[in-house]
Amino acid sequence: MKKNFPILVVDDEDVMCESMGAWLREDGYRVDTASNGQTAVDLAKTTDYAICFVDLKMPGGMDGIETMMEIHQVRPDASVIIITAYATVDTALQAMKEGAQEYIVKPCNPQEISMLVSRILKLKKLQSENAILRKKLTRQYRHHDIITKNPRMGEILALTNEVASLRSTVLIRGESGTGKELVARAVHFSGNRAEKAFIVVSCAALTETLLESELFGYEKGAFTGASSQAKGKFELADGGTIFLDEIGDISPKLQADLLRVLQERRFYRVGGTNEIGVDVRIIAATNKNLAQEVQQGRFREDLYYRLNVIEIHLPPLRERREDIPLLAEHFVNRISSELARDVHGIAPAALKVLMAYEWPGNVRELENVIERAIVTCRNGMLDEQDFSWLQQNTAPQTWDIPDVPLGELERRAIVAALERKHGNIKEASAALGIDRSTLYDKLKRYEISH
Amino acid sequence: MSALYLVAIGNVPEPVWAWIGDAVSEWFPLPVERLPGLPVPEGAYDAKRGQYQSVEIMRMLAERVPNHESRILGVTNVDLAIPMLSFLFGQAQLNGPVAVVSLCRLHQEFYGLPAQEDVLRERTVKEVLHEMGHTFGLVHCGERTCAMSLATHIELVDAKSEEYCSNCGLLLAQRFTAMDGGV
Repeated sequence: MKKNFPILVVDDEDVMCESMGAWLREDGYRVDTASNGQTAVDLAKTTDYAICFVDLKMPGGMDGIETMMEIHQVRPDASVIIITAYATVDTALQAMKEGAQEYIVKPCNPQEISMLVSRILKLKKLQSENAILRKKLTRQYRHHDIITKNPRMGEILALTNEVASLRSTVLIRGESGTGKELVARAVHFSGNRAEKAFIVVSCAALTETLLESELFGYEKGAFTGASSQAKGKFELADGGTIFLDEIGDISPKLQADLLRVLQERRFYRVGGTNEIGVDVRIIAATNKNLAQEVQQGRFREDLYYRLNVIEIHLPPLRERREDIPLLAEHFVNRISSELARDVHGIAPAALKVLMAYEWPGNVRELENVIERAIVTCRNGMLDEQDFSWLQQNTAPQTWDIPDVPLGELERRAIVAALERKHGNIKEASAALGIDRSTLYDKLKRYEISH
Repeated sequence: MSALYLVAIGNVPEPVWAWIGDAVSEWFPLPVERLPGLPVPEGAYDAKRGQYQSVEIMRMLAERVPNHESRILGVTNVDLAIPMLSFLFGQAQLNGPVAVVSLCRLHQEFYGLPAQEDVLRERTVKEVLHEMGHTFGLVHCGERTCAMSLATHIELVDAKSEEYCSNCGLLLAQRFTAMDGGV
């Protein structure tokens, strides 16, 4: 980690550069030295020094203060520590006014200098973490931070941009981990509601009663434990957007309540008698096929059509494999910074492993896999070994089709399904996507005993 | 043929060499050899500070290393410093062949206390392991009891143990393995 904070020592005396460099290197820092101001500025142009120790008095050319100012021109974030002899403390104080972070009077106690460097670097780390957090926040909200070169995703991003400022309800479909919430955030934060609240409700996480009070709020005494009035998510989202995740999992009663809100933008708190009106944009998401749920009577048709005004269908990661290298590189950069790990890339062989994998958990799974690999990585570059556990998972899914008649393939698939389901015909037929009678017929045809 | 050369710079009490010899033999797979003592270089003396510049002493030692695989450890009784720092217990080239240790501030007498040979022995061993560790690429360790932890005053030297922590010990062992079974 210390290598991420290179240090520059600038002094016209060789002995000073040599000894100070050796001292700091013993502490694990990468140290460069310069014997004059111009060399120091040239070095600063190519290296982002965290700290520059600059001697105040350097005969000929730039003095310490000029050197500091030039360094700040190219590296405004570099902390400059002016080194001075006792007689020139006044000038050192002047240097502080000109932008030096500290000055030290040589010779100083070793403890003093260790503490000084450590204090400055702690501050730098905090600043860096702060920058990462800020970036993380803004990253969630912008279209251009959704990383893709997939044409279908490109069309989706264009659509989300177009509909960002409308009030129309959006239904986002896609498998788990495809980035439904990220797209919802992009819609909200790109539109005219960006300054207002973006409220997330995970419908699958709560029981019907809890979800009802969570969405609509409740009045004091509405139920045991309702000791005071509480606003629901719809009220909190007033003027902004409510994101209803896993909408396919809500109960019939809540489907009816939700339909009313969608139609009238009005509702009652639980236990309340006053109607409350809100201006809320609704974005819903599901990993279920809602049209099919409607056909099977599990989801209200009228609610489905109310939600499905603008439909966005996110492709699974396996259908946008060209994005895997981009996403992987992005996650490596972000996670290694967040975890303060010195990992700077992925080896081609490792990328091959990632490209071959099926990614049932989609982009979220890729992110988790990269994080796990970064935590265990030992050499600064993610290689094949860092994903060896993934290869074990990949192997069965790499469908290496043997050169055999089609019937033989079918026979093998049936045998494998029966093995996986421990001979259970009902489960095996469901896994194969055929009904039980068809499976019995095939068992007879291929003379498979079970 | 690589080796660890020990050399006195100025007058160094004789028992010191046995302490150092035992400690380095335990940790480093190198033959240990005493070289004839050297005088403290006159140019190293800083009259204003009444101390000796360790860089000058290290330069003198560097001229006597036969090859880069060998290490040379100078031991002196004089007080060492560098222009930036008011004193040093020792100094080494990170991943380089030269190290120097000053006994001056390891003596109890320096702090106005009666001499204690066992204390001097412990401190000497700790500082020798520390500087030698640097020459084999070890940097300061966050484990306070490890010989590689940074000591900026004598209490911190006393807080260390006379050995490397498991991490630093492992890194050292890996270093020797990487050097193809020894140096």
